Amino acid sequence: MKKIQYREWGIEAPRYWGLLAVLGAIIAVAGFAVLHMEHEGHWVTGMNNQIVWGTPHVFAIFLIVAASGALNVASISSVFDQKLYKPLARLSGLLAMTLLVGGLLVLVLDLGQPARLIVAMTTYNFKSIFAWNVLLYVGFLGIVAVYLFTMMERKANSYTKGVGVVAFVWRLILTTGTGSIFGFLVARQGYDAALLAPMFIIMSFAYGLAIYLLVLMFTFNSEGRALGDKILGRLKSLLGIFVSAILYFVLVYHLTNLYGTENHEYEAFILLNGGVYTATFWVGWVLLGMLVPMAILFHPALGNSRGGIVAASLLVILGGLAAMYVIVIGGQAFPMPIFPDKIILESGFHDGVAGAPLYYSPSLPELLLGIGGVTVALTVTLVAVRMLKFLPASLADEVVDPHHG
Amino acid sequence: MSVAGKAAAAAAIAPGVFLHTMGNAAPRAEAVTDDVRYGMLIDTSKCADGCSDCVSACDQENGMDLLIKPQGASDEDWARQKPRWIRTVKVQDNLTGKVTSLPMLCQHCEHPPCVDVCPTGASFRRADGLVLVDRHTCIGCRYCMMACPYKARSFIHENVQLQRTAVPRGKGCVESCTFCVHRLDHGGSTTACQDACTHDAIVFGDLKDPDSRISKALAEHSSTQLRADLKLNTGVRYRGI
Repeated sequence: MKKIQYREWGIEAPRYWGLLAVLGAIIAVAGFAVLHMEHEGHWVTGMNNQIVWGTPHVFAIFLIVAASGALNVASISSVFDQKLYKPLARLSGLLAMTLLVGGLLVLVLDLGQPARLIVAMTTYNFKSIFAWNVLLYVGFLGIVAVYLFTMMERKANSYTKGVGVVAFVWRLILTTGTGSIFGFLVARQGYDAALLAPMFIIMSFAYGLAIYLLVLMFTFNSEGRALGDKILGRLKSLLGIFVSAILYFVLVYHLTNLYGTENHEYEAFILLNGGVYTATFWVGWVLLGMLVPMAILFHPALGNSRGGIVAASLLVILGGLAAMYVIVIGGQAFPMPIFPDKIILESGFHDGVAGAPLYYSPSLPELLLGIGGVTVALTVTLVAVRMLKFLPASLADEVVDPHHG
Repeated sequence: MSVAGKAAAAAAIAPGVFLHTMGNAAPRAEAVTDDVRYGMLIDTSKCADGCSDCVSACDQENGMDLLIKPQGASDEDWARQKPRWIRTVKVQDNLTGKVTSLPMLCQHCEHPPCVDVCPTGASFRRADGLVLVDRHTCIGCRYCMMACPYKARSFIHENVQLQRTAVPRGKGCVESCTFCVHRLDHGGSTTACQDACTHDAIVFGDLKDPDSRISKALAEHSSTQLRADLKLNTGVRYRGI
């Protein structure tokens, strides 16, 4: 078995530094937005006492979910012994760490008291899934760092499988914990569903892989590194399967909800008359986020074209953000059923008068914070692949599978 | 506006202006125990349509009347972002069309979801039944606000200039009705909303004391919890809803 060669990302220096300058500028602007939010308080955002988690959380939860899914490629090679994926494993581990850091950064900087992060890391209420998530997220970073070490240090290669199994199980627990943030809430009609935990797991598979594909194609194409159809074909087929699985979970969630009369108002809100939430669900999540990518990826010609794969991956990511918007914000916008057999005529604290959804409008500081987190993740990834040997030197068909006919 | 009074009442010294004082005793010497469980009974048939005396009293007692809209914020945004511990809600029955007004506040559950979900334990339930937020440990994540089935909590979205020494607050933390704990811990036994209600719709007291006014009232007529199916065993009960 020929030894896999890895090489640092080698695009020309001016392009590299130019790219970093642009990314750095975005991060700087996001940084100013964060300072503004922290200094003034959350009144500068669109979040209020009715919609308490907004656009930053949409991005943060998306990044955290994608982070755990990005590790899939490495898991397939280490845990499930698929040799074809072995050259891809290092980038997979790297992305898992950078996406998670990006997501956590957004979450922490949105806190009302971000300076109290040390309190969050030292004072725990272990009945709270949030408390467990703090430990799971930080532990994940440590475990993936060790995982990467076993892959990159030749003398530690024998430990890759063992650590890989630990990392794989850990990320399943982590994503279950992320889905359970919502799944454990009895208060709200759209949450309080055990299904949300496995749904988040299957979402992580798709979103992580979509981001992985885009980063892989970008780094390879920009440098002219060989990226064969064989490996891309495997990855894009996987993506198609994962997206189909999300569709299945979405169907089960809504069809089950529709069966029970008590959920009919909530389902009508999401599926029919919820305005922006309904539009985001059908157009963003279902059509662009699942049906169109599936059509592309399973199409014999489109699914095998580079352009098709890029388009499908971008749409899956868009669909993921739309899904988070519907879940996180739509779930809060629907008024709580405090008086189920009555209609609210007036309220001194915005309780959904006449069943109207609670008001939220995304604001610029929130959007910048979310984009800042994505940019940090991307920047750290690009710096890492430039400095260290994360990327395989070639993924041409003959290199990836010499026995291929 | 610090307070160091000796009387136990809130005396009106001019229309709309109250001299607020804490209870006449020194602060508690011993820790609270579960010998007492504070609760509230709200008789919605007595709650007058259009009245919001309880809300005004709470705002004044707890310093929310001192908060000013940040410069640059719209009135609508401020209305959605400013804190409110008790609010009036008017509902109409779907079947009978009967209209009922009632005050809505933190229900001080025995099994509070807000306490379950708080990552640092800042949201906690005291032995005497009060559900409170430790503002030293609150990191402002708002998960408790997501979890509360009654939407009882508020987040402080702006810098706070003026506040009452008995009810400190700061930007970036979450808070909700404390059953006027600053009064209870200084020898008082009534809440501001109860004192302000001229229709006698709010009764506050010790649920574990069979001779208390609230216990007798609960024994006399039937009452209900809001969202009783969640089995939170709320400390606030409603009659007539």
